[in-house]
Amino acid sequence: MQHITKIFPRIVANDDISFQLRKGEIHALLGENGAGKSTLMSVLFGLYVPDGGRILVKGKEEKISDPHEANRLGIGMVHQHFKLVQVFTALENIVLGVETTRGGVLQMDEAREKVDALSKQYGLLVDLDKKIEDMTVGMQQRVEILKMLYRESEILVFDEPTAVLTPQEIDELIKIIKELAAEGKSIIFISHKLDEIQQVANRCTILRKGKFIATVNVAEATNEQLSEMMVGRKVMLQVEKDEPRVGEVALHVEDLVIKAPGLSERNKVNHVSFDVRKGEIVSIAGIENNGQHEVVMALTGLMPVNSGKISLNGEDITDWSVRKRNYKHISHIPEDRHKHGLILDFDLANNFILQSYFTEKFCNHGFLNSHSIQNYSTELIKQYDIRSAKGPDTIVKSMSGGNQQKAILAREMDRTHDLLIAVQPTRGLDVGAIEYIHKQLVRERDNGKAILLISLELDEVMNVSDRILVMFNGEIVANVFPKDVSERDLGLYMLGSKVGV
Amino acid sequence: MKKLISKILNNDAFGNTLASLISIFLGLIVGLVVMVIFNRAGAWPGFLVMLQGGFSDGARGIGQVLYYTTPLILVGLAVGFSFQTGLFNIGVIGQFTIAAYVAIIIGGKLSMPASIHWIVALIGASLAGVIWAAVPGLLKAYFRVSEIISCIMMNYIALYLVNQLVHDTHYESTTAMSAYVKKTALMPKMGLDTIFPGSTVNSGLFIAIIMAILVYILLYKTSFGYSLRCCGLNRDASKYAGINETRNIIIVMLISGFIAGLAGGILYLSAITKNYKISELFINEPGYSIPVALLGMSHPIGIIFSSLFIAYIIVGGSLMQGYGFPVETVGIITAVLIYFSAFSLIFKNKVNKFALQFSYKESQKTDSFKNE
Repeated sequence: MQHITKIFPRIVANDDISFQLRKGEIHALLGENGAGKSTLMSVLFGLYVPDGGRILVKGKEEKISDPHEANRLGIGMVHQHFKLVQVFTALENIVLGVETTRGGVLQMDEAREKVDALSKQYGLLVDLDKKIEDMTVGMQQRVEILKMLYRESEILVFDEPTAVLTPQEIDELIKIIKELAAEGKSIIFISHKLDEIQQVANRCTILRKGKFIATVNVAEATNEQLSEMMVGRKVMLQVEKDEPRVGEVALHVEDLVIKAPGLSERNKVNHVSFDVRKGEIVSIAGIENNGQHEVVMALTGLMPVNSGKISLNGEDITDWSVRKRNYKHISHIPEDRHKHGLILDFDLANNFILQSYFTEKFCNHGFLNSHSIQNYSTELIKQYDIRSAKGPDTIVKSMSGGNQQKAILAREMDRTHDLLIAVQPTRGLDVGAIEYIHKQLVRERDNGKAILLISLELDEVMNVSDRILVMFNGEIVANVFPKDVSERDLGLYMLGSKVGV
Repeated sequence: MKKLISKILNNDAFGNTLASLISIFLGLIVGLVVMVIFNRAGAWPGFLVMLQGGFSDGARGIGQVLYYTTPLILVGLAVGFSFQTGLFNIGVIGQFTIAAYVAIIIGGKLSMPASIHWIVALIGASLAGVIWAAVPGLLKAYFRVSEIISCIMMNYIALYLVNQLVHDTHYESTTAMSAYVKKTALMPKMGLDTIFPGSTVNSGLFIAIIMAILVYILLYKTSFGYSLRCCGLNRDASKYAGINETRNIIIVMLISGFIAGLAGGILYLSAITKNYKISELFINEPGYSIPVALLGMSHPIGIIFSSLFIAYIIVGGSLMQGYGFPVETVGIITAVLIYFSAFSLIFKNKVNKFALQFSYKESQKTDSFKNE
């Protein structure tokens, strides 16, 4: 890819970027959020037409106008969120779209032979007759990889492939990727986890703010150098914090039960009890979909509780409305910032007052006080260093993911609260922003607030929290201090081994 | 200078207006093509007359444009307001129809002094609209019934019910229409008849404009309006923020129905000659509500202008009959124009993209100057 330029509303997403992938190499693509990685890959896949530059595949200039064209050229992608049909078997998913048929009848046997051969060749063992919904995330990912191989892709793009995996699964994935490269496939590996890049990649291209920074040989660069190139300044990779000064119990959850929708007998949240004290950061670790989401929904009042009790500072809040909980009690950094956290078509100022627009501060006799809203916004933008093109009037949609998250953080930190619930507050963010958010969480803890952190990232859980709960299958299976466990232990708890409860 | 152009181009209001103008222009061209197909000789003069619209008939013509504008503003507002809050009140037609009947009955059957008769009739009409909108509103809020489906049902109920009721209660068999309303119930002219002699424009125009301003204030200046727009733009985030969506859905539908009812009342109290015609077809005016709202980008002030435009085309279109175009063709041409106006959103994106590249190139130029 040479001199690729792509312009979006109010932003140049790719500014004259050149990127070269050799045959049989693993090439990492590293950059902060909004650095232009996804845009670059979308250009490669024909999802966007570049405003400048050209793409050469095997030395030949190609116009890639849509994803089919990309497939034809042997470019395949393993998306971060898998594109699989849940109720189909692995085999059916693999052949979907390129089925061999004779007289309109599916010829699955031929396909099965081919897939079998591929999975043996690359060590990708998958039960081809199992349905996707019954598979672990790691297995689903293998199906995705086989799908690409079945289509005879020569260039494989992995978009943050480790984000959803346990440490054990990550090890296996890295082995598979190396195997693929050894067999002559060329691989683009998108990630912001520096350790993984060190483990897997040969070369690494770094983008920053839409611009090409450098392509380096990974073996010759340290993590510190890489992160500095990515962020543009020195970054602390470890969170600095003192011992917590733990106070009395703030949040008390007792015997919480949330039934699964439908006829399933297993409870989504099965008799869960825990406390969070003032001045401590408690995190709930676990693989996605083990009940953490439901616990948060119950605490914030967004989902009804089947039985059990939630109390805050000794007061029973189980039956409170969302607004009553929000108002001066609970702040909540939601899991999905676009779905819950922000109104993307509103400007920053209007997003800052999302939960407090009706309070005296912003509202006189039912009329919004635009003057005080503007002042408040300007203040928050300054205090939390939110980068925005037009200050309070910036439409949130046009901002980068990191700055959107900062905006939510600013709003939730600034609102009066006793408990802060942060759900994956650093998801999809770059090192610089992660560092910043972790610092803020620790500062908040030192101010004597109770903090509940829900995270899928083991690094984060180990680094930030004062105490770790692990959820598995709707139950809390471990209650440990970070200094007493290794990441590997946590990985085991996440798969269901009980300790210390 | 270039900087100024770039600034204007990147202004949202400018982008919206330009997009609307482009779509109108394209609509006119396609309309002309349609006219050429139907009637080559009459196409060009007919087209010119349509463009002249209300102006070709002097003060009376302008008055008629304003007369048609009045209900369009209100029905456009009713739909636009519900759009902005994430609902689709497609039931404006039914609310309008039922309100028209109530206005006709109060205006035709009851006797009151002139100063209050029309006000009572208007209030009655608006309340009828409110009741008709309450049904889909409540169904949506409490049972998650799609308001689109229930609104369409309510429209048909209103149509056939009003046909029957007019026939049974206030019918003039010689014209096959509703009987006259009393003079005391007609909308006062407030001097508009001296400015635009011979036209039926009346004080309803002022009511419509005031309603547009009120809706603007409600949506953009009050905390309640803020919560409504939140629901419209992101339902999940509104829940997360603790906004009571159920209550908002109901209130929005009630207000929307109130405005639609007002439109029905004003139209059928506008002139002694305006009577309800028993027909299998829905009334015309509320049918324009969706294009008016779309062309006005659902913004209350934009809706005033889009209503003016569509009224202008309607009046101009009716004059085309003099050039050998049958009424049906006139309908097709106005429909083409309105159809294109609904594309204004697409053009809005194009305008934005152009503005962007323009300012990008400009910034590149200034950057290179700096380097030198």
